[in-house]
Amino acid sequence: MVLGGLFGAVIIAGLYFPILKQRVKQTAKIQPQSEEQARRELTQSLTTNPTEARVKAKLFWASNAHDGSLTPVSIDLPLSSDPALRAKQVLNTLLAGPADPELRTLPPDAVLLAFYLLPDGTGIADFSEAMASSIPSGIESEQRAVDSLTRTLAANVPQVLRLKILIHGQEVETLAGHLDLTGSFVVNPRAAQAAIAPQPDVTSPSI
Amino acid sequence: MLLKVRNRDDKQLGWLVPNTFRCVCLALFLFSATFLTASGQSSAQAPTASSPTSAAPQNANPQIPTPTYSASQQPRAGLNIVVLDPAHGGTDTGARGTGGIRESEIVLQFALQVRRALEAQGFQVIQTRMANENPSFDDRSAMANAQVGAVFVSLHVSSTGLPGTVRVYVNSDLPASSGGREAGGLIPWDRAQAPFLALSHKLGDFVQGNLAVRFRGSPGSAQTAALRQLRTTAAPAIAVEISSVSVNDRLDLDRMAPGVADAIARGVTYFRPSYVVAGVPGGLR
Repeated sequence: MVLGGLFGAVIIAGLYFPILKQRVKQTAKIQPQSEEQARRELTQSLTTNPTEARVKAKLFWASNAHDGSLTPVSIDLPLSSDPALRAKQVLNTLLAGPADPELRTLPPDAVLLAFYLLPDGTGIADFSEAMASSIPSGIESEQRAVDSLTRTLAANVPQVLRLKILIHGQEVETLAGHLDLTGSFVVNPRAAQAAIAPQPDVTSPSI
Repeated sequence: MLLKVRNRDDKQLGWLVPNTFRCVCLALFLFSATFLTASGQSSAQAPTASSPTSAAPQNANPQIPTPTYSASQQPRAGLNIVVLDPAHGGTDTGARGTGGIRESEIVLQFALQVRRALEAQGFQVIQTRMANENPSFDDRSAMANAQVGAVFVSLHVSSTGLPGTVRVYVNSDLPASSGGREAGGLIPWDRAQAPFLALSHKLGDFVQGNLAVRFRGSPGSAQTAALRQLRTTAAPAIAVEISSVSVNDRLDLDRMAPGVADAIARGVTYFRPSYVVAGVPGGLR
């Protein structure tokens, strides 16, 4: 009787196992997509708010000369007064690209997943995998991409002194084989220098 | 040294080891154990770029060849070695053109011509790779850091840029503590380039100047970029990037090779008198 019950359980388990395996595989396929989608929706819903004041934002895309240089383009944008949110808004507009797609500096399928601003002025931009995998490999193209990010932030969000780039929440060694992403990039050289300069000792008695 | 122990019937009972022999064995054992522990500790230490002040270059990877000199081939004072780095390789093809052009293959062919041009100027050339292999960034830097009196030249082909032009890059400023060196004159591995930035700019400008003469549309002076490969290199170091894999005909790139090779060789030769690294056995001053 007991043996019969055990035998039955083994047969049921044997039949159910392939179905279970298939379900696990399906779940594994669906999960990263839905996570990416959720993050995208969360970040993009914050980017525009019609009630915010429209200001002339300066965005840096590639110049027509195709010599690796950047040209500032002024665009009217409703920008937040909160620096982290403002940074997110200008970077999303930069990612959306200029009217001429040839002048893009960042991959069209790259997404800004999150932007954080630390108290020391370091901005942390977390981009999707496409930022690293879709950018044309090369020193010139990688440096231009980073320059467009740092110069756009410098022109519109003075509170960001340095920029640290993450790819899908992780620190990576290079952007696409050349540019070093282990450190941070200076956005506002003067302010960044002043921030690390030794402060006068306010506790020392004055004579 | 061993004494047989026998009983009265002359039957062997065993072996007796004299005390003096035991002492000698024990001493030898302790000596070898101490030696092995010391060498194990030194190899387990965090990687540090070999300091220019160190007398003997350190090789971080035993697989990386360190040049040997015969008595008649002692290294001359000053700059006499160029570490040539064809970038990428192995599974990392680098930039890829629509016509199937691969950066990793092109730079290897360019390296051959650059090597010949440099050897014609009297330089000893060491390549970071000779075939389709991909040493790590650190392994490539270690090859340069193990030399005395060397410069590092990394070769690249871009995906973008005006075809037929060439740009030279130098590492952008690196945060350095204590002038780029820590106590004992050692250079931190992750900022090894910091003390050499001024020399790298000089080398970069010499090479870029020669390239600008040959390739119209190329910049007149070296540019800066935060390059991972150059950051850990403790020598004057530049990256040369040729535009680009997007050319329709591969022959367009092949035709650039002699000019690029000649410009690099001339640039390094012009830089030679400027190679002044205080405290470097092979350096001037």
